[in-house]
Amino acid sequence: MVLKGFWWKILCMALLSYTILAGFLGVVPRRFILNESIRNLYFHVPMWFGMIFLLLASSVASILYLKKGKNRHDRFASQAANTGIVFGILGLVTGMVWAKYTWGSYWSGDPKQNASAIGMLIYLAYFVLRGSLEDPQKKARISAVYNIFAFAMLIPLLFILPRLTDSLHPGNGGNPGFNSYDLDSNMRKVFYPAVVGWTLLGFWITDIRIRISKIEEALDYE
Amino acid sequence: MNRVLHFVWFVLLSWPLAAQDPGAEMADVLRSNGKIFTVVAVVGIVLVGLFVYLFFTERRLAKLENRLKNK
Repeated sequence: MVLKGFWWKILCMALLSYTILAGFLGVVPRRFILNESIRNLYFHVPMWFGMIFLLLASSVASILYLKKGKNRHDRFASQAANTGIVFGILGLVTGMVWAKYTWGSYWSGDPKQNASAIGMLIYLAYFVLRGSLEDPQKKARISAVYNIFAFAMLIPLLFILPRLTDSLHPGNGGNPGFNSYDLDSNMRKVFYPAVVGWTLLGFWITDIRIRISKIEEALDYE
Repeated sequence: MNRVLHFVWFVLLSWPLAAQDPGAEMADVLRSNGKIFTVVAVVGIVLVGLFVYLFFTERRLAKLENRLKNK
């Protein structure tokens, strides 16, 4: 079968289709300022969840690489980080659009925005590092160490520092319109499947990229 | 009589308040016109299109992998 191990990809398609249907047609709480944009919860927030899961998997693969020295762990780490950062950039840009219409401007120097931008830059340095090392073993080892550091930096940047200060972003400091969204059981029914669906899409793209890089490697080897 | 009059005044004055109370503004008109379904259809087409594209990419990749394996 061409589509070996395809079940989770079918699950991904089903969950995302459900997200679109229930996400637009389902009942949401009425909130001033947010209005219908509250539905962005199903599309903006899962980008970040997807990114975190991909980067977590990436850093675990880096730890495994340092422990075992297997090539496939390095390959997984770099491709998962790649897709993770694409998700992060999408999260940042969708967040900016949402911010424009709820907070008043695309970028208001909010702690959450600044910290996540710094997090992205730390990861961009990971790719620069990978690109600048010629020797494959050296590249894999040094970038594995850096990748673990990058994930360890990302956690305080996204989840600790913004909470220590005032932020417009829900879940951080004071917030005008969103305080009780996490209590709404109607939204949960769409939000959790959306998170799983978008995350699976991220792993799907990662899977394709890993297989491409294997082919590239095999061709280089010849 | 005075009490009845008071009651009528109260009802008349508070009527607009009760009638208004729209809560936050939502896309009710859009929904009643059925136009939200247009949005759902458009995004649905985008999503299905992407899935089909991913599916064919998978197939192409699998072919490539097979070619490499049989070399």
